[in-house]
Amino acid sequence: MEPQFKPGDRVCIRVDYPARHFRTPGYIQGKTGSVTTVHGAFRNPESLAYGGDGLPTQFLYLVCFDQTHVWGAYPASPDKLYIDIYEPWLEPA
Amino acid sequence: MAHNHDHAQEAHAPIEDHHEMTLYEKRAYAIESLLLEKGVLTADAIRQKLEEIDAVTPALGARVVARTWVDAAFKARLLANAKEAIAELGIDTDALTTLVAVENTEKVHNVVVCTLCSCYPRAILGLPPDWYKSLSYRSRVVIDPRGVLREFGTELPADVEVRVYDSTADMRYLVIPERPAGTEHLCEAELAELVTRDSMIGVARARTPVAV
Amino acid sequence: MRHVHDRGGWPDAGLIARAEHDYAMWEKRTDAMLRVLTRDRHIIRVDELRRAIESIPPRDYETMSYYERWITAIETLIIEKGLLTRAEIDRRVETIAATRQV
Repeated sequence: MEPQFKPGDRVCIRVDYPARHFRTPGYIQGKTGSVTTVHGAFRNPESLAYGGDGLPTQFLYLVCFDQTHVWGAYPASPDKLYIDIYEPWLEPA
Repeated sequence: MAHNHDHAQEAHAPIEDHHEMTLYEKRAYAIESLLLEKGVLTADAIRQKLEEIDAVTPALGARVVARTWVDAAFKARLLANAKEAIAELGIDTDALTTLVAVENTEKVHNVVVCTLCSCYPRAILGLPPDWYKSLSYRSRVVIDPRGVLREFGTELPADVEVRVYDSTADMRYLVIPERPAGTEHLCEAELAELVTRDSMIGVARARTPVAV
Repeated sequence: MRHVHDRGGWPDAGLIARAEHDYAMWEKRTDAMLRVLTRDRHIIRVDELRRAIESIPPRDYETMSYYERWITAIETLIIEKGLLTRAEIDRRVETIAATRQV
């Protein structure tokens, strides 16, 4: 399996609030950022949290967001948010 | 005062008299004593982990930072693969999942949080401070990092890029603060003393040397 | 709807309390116990601990202290995995309460 995204790709974060354990914060859902790093493949925490084996592994990415894009009231600034996000939560932007 | 030394008691922690145990404290001791009796835990294993908790402090991280300040090649290796570089210093990195070192510069200031829980590079910094785990830090540092840093006494120029890392997965982030000015004459051990825990989380800069 | 543990950007968060407390022995022992259960015995995964903490009712999550959430989650998981029963723990709590009276 190959990672779907590479550094520089623009990605949009899916919006979802499943009842189960997941690691994509609500504040970043629906937002668009850029992949900066492909961390590699990791076991899926959404399965591990319930005693599952976490397989198949998922690619994990460090995604960078402009603060002015994420928050409506953030004053003009170069500031950024960096968040580690699993591939199933990313869509091409 | 009579001390009860029956079998179950011996497996307990040393009794701390003179305080009212809370509900949760009682449950903690109940669970621990039962698991010890069933052999799920051993007293030795608990003791070893307690020693680890006491032994691992921000001084470990400070050593790493001080080395980056005096050794550019080490810094490059640390930024490329933090766990391997840290192991060079004889620091036990087994408990680290994956560590990423992020460097503060004139143009970039990094600060770390775990908005979802309390992920923190414990193996290199020890236990996180209460405020790091607080609901208010977790809420505010992503939306208003400059306001939070200001609360910690740290002002940043508008043209510096503040990067907030939200540790949502296995990566743990260690901030490498900038080397303060006026420290050219200090040896590595003295430099390490300037590196505070808060500077490695990113809410503060490293200390400046005390003026003589 | 946001889960209670998903705090990034949560409104009305207030000033950050800077005072740090000395860990009580039970808190350190809870931390130690979790390290043994996860790293040595592989009985609990950190992901399971997170999930169990996240399942604490929202009002309790917001008012409990950090290690109170941990020990609550550890208890949930230990019972879930059949290592102990709630009744056993309750009985031991009674014993502790009785023998620690000064």
